[in-house]
Amino acid sequence: MRIIHTDIIKREAKRLIYDCSFFVPPEIKEIYSMMLTEEDAPLARQSLSIILENGEIASREEIPLCQDCGSVIFFLEIGQDVHIEGSSLYDALNEAVACAYQKHYLRKSIVSDPLRRVNTGTNTPSFIHIDIVDGDKISLHVLLKGGGSENASALRMFRPTDSIDSIISFIEEVIVKAGPNPCPPIFLGIGIGGTADVAMVNSKKALLRPIDAPHCDPFYAELEERIKVTLNKTGVGPLGFGGKNTVAAVFIKEAPTHIASLPVALNLNCHSFRKGGIVI
Amino acid sequence: MEWIKIQTPIDDETISSLKKGDLCLISGRIITARDKAHERIEDFLKEGKALPFDLKGELIYYVGPTPPKEGMVIGSAGPTTSSRMDPFSEIMLSLGIKAMMGKGRRDETTKKLLVKYKAIYFATFGGAGAYLSKRIKSSRIIAFDDLGPEAVYELLVDDFPAVVAIDSKGDDIYEVKF
Repeated sequence: MRIIHTDIIKREAKRLIYDCSFFVPPEIKEIYSMMLTEEDAPLARQSLSIILENGEIASREEIPLCQDCGSVIFFLEIGQDVHIEGSSLYDALNEAVACAYQKHYLRKSIVSDPLRRVNTGTNTPSFIHIDIVDGDKISLHVLLKGGGSENASALRMFRPTDSIDSIISFIEEVIVKAGPNPCPPIFLGIGIGGTADVAMVNSKKALLRPIDAPHCDPFYAELEERIKVTLNKTGVGPLGFGGKNTVAAVFIKEAPTHIASLPVALNLNCHSFRKGGIVI
Repeated sequence: MEWIKIQTPIDDETISSLKKGDLCLISGRIITARDKAHERIEDFLKEGKALPFDLKGELIYYVGPTPPKEGMVIGSAGPTTSSRMDPFSEIMLSLGIKAMMGKGRRDETTKKLLVKYKAIYFATFGGAGAYLSKRIKSSRIIAFDDLGPEAVYELLVDDFPAVVAIDSKGDDIYEVKF
């Protein structure tokens, strides 16, 4: 058994929130620089240049990458040989959020109730997903998710006999309909299989994979590529002004499912893909 | 690309000359409002109360900025999704606004209203809040400060970049070959 204190989890959570609010990882900058060389349309080029410059200004002057500093979504995998010491784990994570959002002048965007809508003023509560796994470590991932891209989420329950082509058409339909709203080029998470709820969560978990790592199953790696190519032919383009680059990357997370079911869930992330992770 | 310099309040002649896809640099006073502020303006009108500000001739920017650090004018200040403000288009245009600015598509009703009121819809660059904040020279809350990031601000901007997304003829940049 290994003991991990919640103070360490809190410290790392704060650091991850800070890093992804102000810094664009080099692999993402590289994607946009590459796109810039591919685009001919002036507005597509202008949009990509501004996206790149925005990243420079944000890190240099410590101005948040986007005014929508997001909902904070945590994904934890806790080894079953870990004993967590200190305060409640949920409290520790929420304290990290409240502290980081106050300290770094991030916008607080959470209301305590969906219908009565009073801002909590702390950007808490965060949304926390926990899985228990083997081992004696904790993996902690954070995703900062803006409202505009989250509002473009989708779920469709397909028939098990529906073709992969029909799934791709559905994805295309969602991306084209969303158009400029989720701030493309997007990072698309797709949850396939499971139950409706599992597919939705998997559409976010899929995004936790390193950006440059292909899916470990060649079947899905190929499907991801096929979806990306299809979506980049839609013409939506950077920020929806038209162009060749609508999607920066596609990530699938599949799961076993019922003989009668084939859920497909989509989670769209804006070009300001703010995520981070660490193993403690 | 050629940039067109525009000064607010935008005069009718400029509005009718702008075409969808024109890239503009806007300077002058603009007013912010997003979901809650729009809702409250509607409530004021329903209750027959006078608004604490005049919207005649104004450009409304859909933004909820981050709080400024000490010594800064404003925090990150990029556009939010405009379609959420579609239900308020008639109210806002009837109060005299001449332009709206945000990101993304508008509904058919808003498009028709822009033609009717000879007004314009600008899209600015989504997810570029740090970049855009550098074009804002001053900022002050003029109403609804209890709404926090959703309060109504008066901003003075200098060369604020935006694209004409729907012009006063109703031509729409997002209405393309998709």
